[in-house]
Amino acid sequence: MSEIGEAFRDGPALIPYITAGDPDAESTKAQVRALARGGADIIELGLPFSEPIADGPTIQNAIQRSLDAGMTPQSYLDLVADLDVAVPIVCMTYYNLIYQYGDEPVRAFVEAAAEAGISGLIVPDLPVEESDDLRAACDEFGLDLIFIVAPTTKGERLDRVMEQVSGFVYVQARLGTTGAQADVSTQTHDSLGRLATYDVPKAVGFGVSEGHHAREIVAAGADGVVAGSVFVDLIASGENVTSNLERKARELAEGARTGFEQRVPRPERT
Amino acid sequence: MSDSPAKFGDYGGQYVPEVLMPAIEELTDAYERYVLENEDGFMDDFRARLRDFGGRPTPLQHAEQLSARYGTEVYLKREDLVHGGAHKLNNALGQVLLAKYMGKERIVAETGAGQHGTATAMAAAHLGMDCEVYMGRRDITRQRPNVFRMRINGSKVNPVDVGRGTLKEAINETMRDWATNVEDTHYVIGSVVGPHPFPRMVRDFQSVISEEARAQIREKTGGLPDSVVACAGGGSNTMGAFHNFVPDEDVALYAVEAGGSSLDVDEETGVAPNSASLSTGSVGVLHGARTRLLQSRDGQILESHSISSGLDYAGVGPELAHLVDTGRVTPVTVPDDAALEAFHRFSQEEGIIPALETAHAIAYLETADDLGESVIVNISGRGDKDLESVLEETAKRDLANAPEMGVFE
Ligand SMILES: Cc1ncc(COP(=O)(O)O)c(C=O)c1O
Repeated sequence: MSEIGEAFRDGPALIPYITAGDPDAESTKAQVRALARGGADIIELGLPFSEPIADGPTIQNAIQRSLDAGMTPQSYLDLVADLDVAVPIVCMTYYNLIYQYGDEPVRAFVEAAAEAGISGLIVPDLPVEESDDLRAACDEFGLDLIFIVAPTTKGERLDRVMEQVSGFVYVQARLGTTGAQADVSTQTHDSLGRLATYDVPKAVGFGVSEGHHAREIVAAGADGVVAGSVFVDLIASGENVTSNLERKARELAEGARTGFEQRVPRPERT
Repeated sequence: MSDSPAKFGDYGGQYVPEVLMPAIEELTDAYERYVLENEDGFMDDFRARLRDFGGRPTPLQHAEQLSARYGTEVYLKREDLVHGGAHKLNNALGQVLLAKYMGKERIVAETGAGQHGTATAMAAAHLGMDCEVYMGRRDITRQRPNVFRMRINGSKVNPVDVGRGTLKEAINETMRDWATNVEDTHYVIGSVVGPHPFPRMVRDFQSVISEEARAQIREKTGGLPDSVVACAGGGSNTMGAFHNFVPDEDVALYAVEAGGSSLDVDEETGVAPNSASLSTGSVGVLHGARTRLLQSRDGQILESHSISSGLDYAGVGPELAHLVDTGRVTPVTVPDDAALEAFHRFSQEEGIIPALETAHAIAYLETADDLGESVIVNISGRGDKDLESVLEETAKRDLANAPEMGVFE
């Protein structure tokens, strides 16, 4: 089982997202440590791209701060190589950066990512239709390639996406872009229902910001929760960042655990 | 891969978030049925509306002063006479009508110069659809008349403050809206850019330009032109003007890009002070397609610049990029100053005030080496929208042909 797969073995996984280099590389290292202390099982570390069309204003602004501070794909990989946490790191970025890195489009980036210790990739502007090259490189270097399924992904298309997923499937909780929300969308429950028969860990993200969201999502059958904007907001506030990140992670992890205990056992699951 | 209908050589494709893929599949299906196969008489309906609402066909006018000046027969394809004042209506009307046939209820669009937004707002009003348009803050101040026109036609205009506030940012924001409202909303993209099927579909809607021009020039001269010249932002009027001439290997095709103030990238600010992605860009992925882009070595998209907001974009249509790579289309550039000078000259000598975008195509005649004995210039739009910019930009320069631009007291 991959490192990412392992992270789902002992109960529900908490997967925080932060943007690398926001506000600078040194702070990112401390933020990652704080999230790990708070109970993160996997950390999604954003590699900033200038046109983040899948992200809402919160993460878009974080990306801008990081780019303004000079973050590049190379300094990102250096930062990851320098991290001293046991939690697997997933790189979330957009395809053009993967395509432009090094001399050999796509493969050079994946090779360097593997060397830096990255366990998986999420590329929100790369649907399965366009992913052959990246899939091949990820297989070659042992990275998981995580795909997103949206509330609009149904029927035969869902099969096609699920065939390609490795590590876990990222269940987009609602239509639109990333951003903290006040409630758990009913689309989450519908999506988890459609996915129930697929034997791949399911992590729900887009809008998750509170412990009770995590509880509800895991109780509804998810194997993990992804939360990004809520952490990015704590970073943006600039006050007591690491202790706030740790506390928030703990709250979400605790919520997920409670949800797992409340989960109605599903007899048909093997 | 290159046999895929989604690609032009290695360009094109569908690089969008998963949430949009089902809508793109649905759109591809609708494009194939309604546009390519004329299901339910869609294309007949579209052609009739282009004629009666849009004012087509547009004339192919012989330009007497320009012909004398350049020693070649210059013909103007008068897309400035299309309803709304630019070629943009051809595509906007096609897409809004298609959205209606698909049962969508809401339209979103981005706009740079405001011309595509205006065309979309007009088509939406004509067909009774709700419409919201995203426009960069900087472009809003550059193109105020079009902002008012969109609102007057009943559309909502949403300012975009991110980045430099131009077309690239407006496209990002419209994609986000589409991703949020994808179930009942169609995104009317304004040029031959974006994920498949947009580049093909927009080209098909715009190809009426070259379909008419080809027949019109044969009627006037008995033959084909030696060259066709059109300005390229995203490339929709270029592809429209070129499409039916592409198989005519003897007809030279020139895509005129905005050279801005310089063709070099300002390394310190990370700005390309031009929008010449065909001439100076490199291959990458932006807004759903693999194409030629203005980007840093790392792959961050550069801010572009042009005096004309409709050309001010870091990307270009994938088919145009492919035609450049295969040598069928020649990309050339015209700097801001020359475009402004051409704007004044053309207005004075031909009695037509061109869009600043179009002025780039006209300016190219001034420096072109050999256009042959006859040339068609696509007059992509009229310049009413640009009067404020022209006033301001002319005042900054020492142009030999600048008219008196002071305000009457
Ligand atoms: C009059 C006019 N010409 C040209 C353009 C450039 O777009 P495209 O290259 O898609 O024709 C615009 C865009 O707004 C325009 O308004």
